[in-house]
Amino acid sequence: MAESKTLKYGYYPGCSLEATAKEYNESVRASAKLLDVELVELDDWNCCGASSGHCTDPELSLALPARNLAIAEKLGHDLALSCAACFLRFKQTNHDLRANDELRQRIEQIIDAPYQAKIEARHVLDIFAREVGLEKIQERVKKPLKGLKLAAYYGCYLVRPPKVTQLDDPENPMIMDNLLTTIGAEPVDWSHKVECCGGGLLLARTDVVVKLCNDLCQAALDAGAVALVTACPLCQANIELRQTIGVPAFYFSELLALSLGTSEKEFKSWMKRHIQNPVPALKAQNLI
Amino acid sequence: MTVRLISERGTESADPAFTQEVLGASAAHLERCYQCQACSSGCAFAYIFDYAPHQLLRMVQLGLKDRVLESKTYWLCASCETCATRCPNDIEIVQIMDTLRHIAFREGYTKQTPLPLFHRTFLGGVKSYGKVFELMLILRYMLTSRDIFKLSELPNNMKMGFNMFSRGKLAVLPDKIKGRANIKRIFQQTEKKNG
Repeated sequence: MAESKTLKYGYYPGCSLEATAKEYNESVRASAKLLDVELVELDDWNCCGASSGHCTDPELSLALPARNLAIAEKLGHDLALSCAACFLRFKQTNHDLRANDELRQRIEQIIDAPYQAKIEARHVLDIFAREVGLEKIQERVKKPLKGLKLAAYYGCYLVRPPKVTQLDDPENPMIMDNLLTTIGAEPVDWSHKVECCGGGLLLARTDVVVKLCNDLCQAALDAGAVALVTACPLCQANIELRQTIGVPAFYFSELLALSLGTSEKEFKSWMKRHIQNPVPALKAQNLI
Repeated sequence: MTVRLISERGTESADPAFTQEVLGASAAHLERCYQCQACSSGCAFAYIFDYAPHQLLRMVQLGLKDRVLESKTYWLCASCETCATRCPNDIEIVQIMDTLRHIAFREGYTKQTPLPLFHRTFLGGVKSYGKVFELMLILRYMLTSRDIFKLSELPNNMKMGFNMFSRGKLAVLPDKIKGRANIKRIFQQTEKKNG
């Protein structure tokens, strides 16, 4: 028996999880609850600045995440993040501030708050798979997702740059594949795990995003998957909105919560928000 | 100091100070590049660039300031980090792209792609509200870029807007954080430094 301790983290949902990716936020919270992980949302958090921040000014790109990290440090817990893009900005901030104390003090001055850079920023995928652990998750699976062939899609910022994100192998990560296996699904071996979805070009060059997302979806189908699985609201939005093939995509947390026994009503409320309907893929395996 | 350089364009001027500025702005190790092209081979965006990543790095090494800063490459780079992850010399290529974007913003090389407009619009919203207000970002960007008037794209854009609204994916009102004065101060301090 695994000991039952409650893990507690500060929680930074990020802007997308309040709008385009509400179902990601709700399913992360549901999964956390089912796994005894307490997520305490940061009080009055702000946008991390995303790509536009680091493209515009190096100090701005550190100060915007640092204001949130300072709030979390005061709370006294490591910080959990759901968005892969925010996750990299927070990891980069800690990485840079730890390497240069003068810079850390300058950022403290800009945000007008103390920040020692002593806390860690963790992606929720990492917390579930490694802190809760696959063994404990396996014990709690109520509905194994048998027969569901899935392409685990990591994209860029979970795994790159590897010395900053420190999450998994940058060319063939397995953390999400192993989690999917644990909940009874069948992750396929495929070519486009860490290819880019087009990310920040979503409005400025939609033609590129359409091409990259279609390439991803076709590669997933070619490998025998019926759906993609993501851990990033921007990847998910690009895949659902821009592809022309019709391949559905799940947030990993939706499937995790489903396997752990979240109510069918709650699960269906997440499915309704998807633009590429994922329900037929689940029905084909009698999972809902 | 200006150096004249013979290229396929005849002679053009090179500016060693520009190379030094890029070298000095980050510990990215631009000097290590030996043109193996691992960066360009794996770049998902190279097909829309005017210069492939390895070509741009060489041009920075040579100090071809105007040709570099007038190019689209560094604006269209999506910072996916594939190139830097695979570089055998551990060159932080995305840091170099960032440095070029910072210089370009400062010196006004912002007209060749819509990306600077996107970044300004995005950060303008963050400065006002403390968070991204997606509906405003999309509408404001599409108006200022005039993309909203591209009639061929209209059916697609309307379909996407309908899909997002009908599924509750777009908030109609902005969610403003309480610490907006704090956010404004962060922006002002970093803008002051840039003049």
